[in-house]
Amino acid sequence: MLKKYLLIWITMICSTIFIFKLASLQLSSNSYFNSDFAIQEISVYPERGLIFDRNGQLLVANQPMYDLIIIPENTIEFDTIELSNLIGIEKKELKRKISNSVNYSTKIPSIIKTQISKEENAFLQEKIWLYDGFYLKKNSVRDYIKPFASNVIGYTGEVSQSEIYTENYYEKGEMIGKQGIEKYYEKELRGIKGIKYFQKDRFNRVIGPYNNSDDNEDPTKAKNITLTIDIELQKYAESLLKNKKGGVVVIEPSTGEILTLVSAPTYESNQFIGQDRTNNFQKLLNDSINKPLFDRSLQAQYSPGSPMKILNALIGLQEDVIDENTTFTCNGGHYYAKNAFMGCHNKVGTISDLRKGIYNSCNTYFAKTYKMILDKYETPSEGLDTWANHIKSFGLGDYLGYDLFIGKKGFIPESDYYNKFYGENRWGSSTTISNSIGQGEILTTPIQMANFTSAIANRGFYYKPHFVKKINNESVSNSDKVFTSIDKENFEIVINGMVDVVDKGTARVAKINGINVAGKTGTIENFILIENEKKQLTDHSTFIAFAPAEDPEIVVSVFIENGYWGSRWAAPIASLIIEKYLKDNVERKWLENRMVNGSLQSEYEKPFKFKNFTINE
Amino acid sequence: MNSFNVLKYDLISLISYTLLVIFGIINIYSSSYNESFTSIFDNSTIVGKQIIFLIASLVTFIIIIFTKSKFFDRIAPILYFISIILLLSLFLFGVERGGAKSWYLIGPISFQPTEFAKLCTALFLAKFLSIIQTDLNKSRDVFIVGLIILTPIILITFQPDPGSALVFLAFIFPVLREGLDLRFFYFGLILISTLVLTLILDFTISVIILFILFVLLYLYNRQKKFKISVIKYFLSLVILIGVSFSTNYLFENVLEQRHRDRINLIIGKEVDNRGIGYNTNQSKIAISNGRLFGTGFLEGPQTKGHFVPRQHTDYIFSTIGEEWGFRGTLITILFFTLLITRISFRAEKQVNHFKRIYCHCFASLLFIHFFINIGMSIGLVPSIGIPLPFISYGGSSLLIFSVMFFIYLNFDSSRLKED
Repeated sequence: MLKKYLLIWITMICSTIFIFKLASLQLSSNSYFNSDFAIQEISVYPERGLIFDRNGQLLVANQPMYDLIIIPENTIEFDTIELSNLIGIEKKELKRKISNSVNYSTKIPSIIKTQISKEENAFLQEKIWLYDGFYLKKNSVRDYIKPFASNVIGYTGEVSQSEIYTENYYEKGEMIGKQGIEKYYEKELRGIKGIKYFQKDRFNRVIGPYNNSDDNEDPTKAKNITLTIDIELQKYAESLLKNKKGGVVVIEPSTGEILTLVSAPTYESNQFIGQDRTNNFQKLLNDSINKPLFDRSLQAQYSPGSPMKILNALIGLQEDVIDENTTFTCNGGHYYAKNAFMGCHNKVGTISDLRKGIYNSCNTYFAKTYKMILDKYETPSEGLDTWANHIKSFGLGDYLGYDLFIGKKGFIPESDYYNKFYGENRWGSSTTISNSIGQGEILTTPIQMANFTSAIANRGFYYKPHFVKKINNESVSNSDKVFTSIDKENFEIVINGMVDVVDKGTARVAKINGINVAGKTGTIENFILIENEKKQLTDHSTFIAFAPAEDPEIVVSVFIENGYWGSRWAAPIASLIIEKYLKDNVERKWLENRMVNGSLQSEYEKPFKFKNFTINE
Repeated sequence: MNSFNVLKYDLISLISYTLLVIFGIINIYSSSYNESFTSIFDNSTIVGKQIIFLIASLVTFIIIIFTKSKFFDRIAPILYFISIILLLSLFLFGVERGGAKSWYLIGPISFQPTEFAKLCTALFLAKFLSIIQTDLNKSRDVFIVGLIILTPIILITFQPDPGSALVFLAFIFPVLREGLDLRFFYFGLILISTLVLTLILDFTISVIILFILFVLLYLYNRQKKFKISVIKYFLSLVILIGVSFSTNYLFENVLEQRHRDRINLIIGKEVDNRGIGYNTNQSKIAISNGRLFGTGFLEGPQTKGHFVPRQHTDYIFSTIGEEWGFRGTLITILFFTLLITRISFRAEKQVNHFKRIYCHCFASLLFIHFFINIGMSIGLVPSIGIPLPFISYGGSSLLIFSVMFFIYLNFDSSRLKED
């Protein structure tokens, strides 16, 4: 019997084995054989979104550049020296890049050389076909048309390994926004890449679309972005800050739109394009003196200086410790505690009311006001926290929530801080008196200064400052008013004082024909550590202003490092910016020339010369 | 003259045959498809040629169906003789393709006498075994049977086409059926095991294992009633050691590197998906790519990309796997199983010895092709280039298997007649 049906049995057994094997090949879900040689995926990138300024001027567009790509598994032996000569990369470097790409994947394309210009490409195209596994891929890179506002616009760069892991969208060699608007609005600007599937044959040649292109995913178009920046004003402000360190922030108070944001010295976005990118980036990074990659308008924390007196005046009025007629006598300063004298540039015996106190920037007046605010409460802690809450309602001591990733919080001291330092309530208004004139522990950034000025200009509220006006012609709504803790009626008297500052006070240089400018100067003592020795440097020059005082259209905050008097650099620069914005052309050419041509470089070099130096010349 | 009555014939087998052939044509079309393809009857194209051979097969169908089965009995020796002559003269007039001189070129048609030899050997073996005097207990007759089978094997091995030669081992099944002592079969099994053992391990270790095995076997059998003499044990051991030694020698000295690679790959000594394992790996990718329902006709990416070498011939099963999925492969396997078991089963109902043995021969041949070809496509058997009957591209193969099938139909329809 066995002999008769031997073949039948064996056939049955074999068929069963085959069926099981086929089931494991074709039905098991984790079949490792599914890595598909036959289908090639090619990403289709939408053109990166354009960036315009508030008036529709094109700031950022795209230009074609070429990448040299390698698919390691397609390469055959070739002469490395010949190729390195051809593409202008050192042999060692070329070998390193090739081995990197092999380590990454032998099947996936890797970039050997990026940013090959149109001209080079024409030359390379004729030769590169000789090297199997290499090809040139057209790419679109950024074209920064205007060399201004680079600190706002930022730049793009090749996506990093960590970004590939965290974002779960990018592949090696793709571009991503690295800084500024390019980074913050990356998702809008990049769109969504599509995928095209191609059928390959066994020689890895593409022989046509796969599955009639049915599976292809179309790319989603990128969005264009319109900034709130006025590029003409930005350009003008940047020219005024030539050879100076500092920042300028200009805000439209009725919307919170940032018209200009200057940080000097700065970089140009174009430095991040093309083959010199790496070199340029290193240079910028290594410049530890000028710190061009550091945005002084957003990241630099300075003592606010005298503009703080305005806030103290407002708090004094709100807390009912002073009114517009309150007067204090200044004796060229005053003893705020035993053996503790705070100097003031006002003459001995000057009697100031609030307005005069503001326009003459009397230290004594605001020290006394500050003392009264704090002393109104039972404990200094309670007093200080009340004061600090008022200050914070102006957006100080915290990020403002604008649409860039960089920034600093600044610092507003609260009772906790002093309790830790001196012990529970073992301090008082006298101990913290420097806060009254914006010198003590308080730290602010230029954009915060501009923002609180905006709140004053609006008589009690501000809009969150922001950089983007429209995304694809759709307005970015930003209608939330942020109210300060100061009542509307308390502002008028203070604003009158600020108008006087420009009219007859410390900043007469900022006066503009036919426009009521309200402002406040600041001159800020500052120190540096040189070989563990605290040394005083020339004062910082600062100025906050808005105009026209009665119906403000523009708010300016200027900060010039080591510029000495607020009226020497900051006030003229702010004034010129206001004039430029409101009148479109500047009549005071002499002032403009002085600002544009003025340089503080010698001032900045002082501490690096290892010699004794004099300050405040 | 027989009157033609459809119901006389094994219709289930006939339908299976028809479906497999049509399925074959469809898959050959897909495997060889490219855009410049024009008409399917254009004989310069692969499918065109296959269809011409199919038509030729249909002509033989009519001839064979109306031939008396006695006729095949008579001409079997002559056919066998002719086929041996054809195999011999290949060395003189043969055309070399893919490294083997196994083709005759007659005008535009190329013909593979190896295929013809399968048919002739089946007929002649059936003829010899059905002779009333033949007795497989006589060593003389066993020797003749061995000669009948080994002659084509040797001639084909020297073409060299060892894969096709291997197919002739299928005849061991009918010979066993006709009374060859099962011990030959077991001995054969031990022989093959020794062979594989030598390849996987090495010569010395295999000899030690064999020695221990035989001593144990001898000690075990000593207590039983019937005893085999020590000399026979010793002789068997010597033969097996000889096999082990010659395997080792053949493997190292006679086989070429490509053969060694193939064997190493299948016994798991090497894994190499880019070099020699490429064929099998690509075939497995294509098959697994098909999942349950397949990618659809002309839609298989592996097939379209021509990733699987010889996909329209030896690896046709990978096309089925990719484009028709598990559905397709399962049905193909079931049809083959049905066909082989049915033929083998119905052979047992034959009264006439010649016919019965022939049917067994045919079923065995079908089985060995089915086993090796599909086994190779899914990576269970070494890569051996033989076609999948009825399905693979190849005129000689299609024609000869069709003829063999029609002869089966003829024999089956007259199974109750003694003539």
